[in-house]
Amino acid sequence: MTQKLDRLKETPSQTAGPYVHIGLAPGAAGFEIFDQELGRDIAGPNARGERIRIEGTVYDGTGAPVKDVLIETWQANADGIHPHPADPRASEVEAGFRGWGRIISDFDTGAFVIETVKPGAVTGRNGRIMAPHISLWVVARGVNVGLQTRLYFADEAEANAADPVLGFIEQVHRRETLVAERTADGVYKFDIRLQGERETVFFDI
Amino acid sequence: MNGPRDEFYQRDRTWHPPAFSRDYKTSVARSPSLPLLSLEQSMSEITGPTFGHSDLGPLDNDLIRNYAHGGEAIGERIIVHGRVVDENGRGVPNTLVEVWQANAGGRYRHRKDTYLAPIDPNFGGCGRMLTDGNGYYFFRTVKPGAYPWRNWINNWRPAHIHVSVFGSGFAQRLITQMYFEGDPLIAQCPIVNTIPDPRAIEQLIAPLDMNAAVPLDSLAYKFDIVLRGRRSTLFENRLEGN
Ligand SMILES: [Fe+3]
Repeated sequence: MTQKLDRLKETPSQTAGPYVHIGLAPGAAGFEIFDQELGRDIAGPNARGERIRIEGTVYDGTGAPVKDVLIETWQANADGIHPHPADPRASEVEAGFRGWGRIISDFDTGAFVIETVKPGAVTGRNGRIMAPHISLWVVARGVNVGLQTRLYFADEAEANAADPVLGFIEQVHRRETLVAERTADGVYKFDIRLQGERETVFFDI
Repeated sequence: MNGPRDEFYQRDRTWHPPAFSRDYKTSVARSPSLPLLSLEQSMSEITGPTFGHSDLGPLDNDLIRNYAHGGEAIGERIIVHGRVVDENGRGVPNTLVEVWQANAGGRYRHRKDTYLAPIDPNFGGCGRMLTDGNGYYFFRTVKPGAYPWRNWINNWRPAHIHVSVFGSGFAQRLITQMYFEGDPLIAQCPIVNTIPDPRAIEQLIAPLDMNAAVPLDSLAYKFDIVLRGRRSTLFENRLEGN
């Protein structure tokens, strides 16, 4: 016999289910209960940088839109700083910048919209620069463990080419599943495919 | 720039349900078929949103009264309490816990729920709170009812409360469900049974906690939540954890 490690096990995940909106976005479920719903304003009024709008749809393995999805977003500000104590430059983040948002797809069409500012490049591991990106966490009925992915920007081709995370994706053609296309000034299109042809790259982080 | 000490322990994917679970039909077309790409954590994953008391209202953790329209919610009054800790057993302070559930009859206040049980005019079905400095949290509610759902023709969800927790980094983000001790529907539920290891399922079943009950008022259940541990807690003795 050896000694025990005394490490606890992480609580196992369960699906967010079809009624996730009640808990995380009750306005979308059809009622107002809290004075403030959290996650509605990602960047705040004082945010520096370019205001952008990202439009997309999550698709299932049959190609049908996922109409009951909830996406959370997490990003740095335009200077590449995260509003969190682990970021040594956190005090420089503009007041009101949360960097975090909650996005609900339209119940009829599955379309979602993310309104924020474009993040700056972030210093990653070993000092390597990561191209501007937004971290996404996708939950829905039928998703047993929230899916982690990233959104990059097509108009950052040079930075994307040097990005250590994109560069780590062995099948080069799959990298484009993480790159939002610029469709108009300040507007991007980004679809997420849970399964099948052009399946989005998801991470085990 | 972050180093390995800021990172979280690797997630044990064998402890969590696999994405594809044949008997939970909705997962079949919504599960990635290619393997997840294992990624070393960077600043984007070890940081995450922070919350404060100014985000919350005074009744947010009282589901019996936070949607009261002239009365209180109907049902078996309960308190749910516990700690949010990490895999090292350290309390996770000031983290946001959000909960949602059906009413005592098993009906959700959601435009998509059409189950025949009645809506309770005084029950919204959601609440939220911050853990204290030791990771402790509690809320008051009514015990949710079981409800039928379309999977096989006669599937019923055991009574459950959905729980969402943040932790201190985006890589700790977790949604789960809490079940109640003694419920015979737990063993039959295809969603519960997406979790392969019976010990992991036990981790989701809250015991009745008579010592926390309020005599002549409310029963109590205890539900502890474990988030991924950070490596740094092995080496550093910080007052507030991290
Ligand atoms: Fe439910």
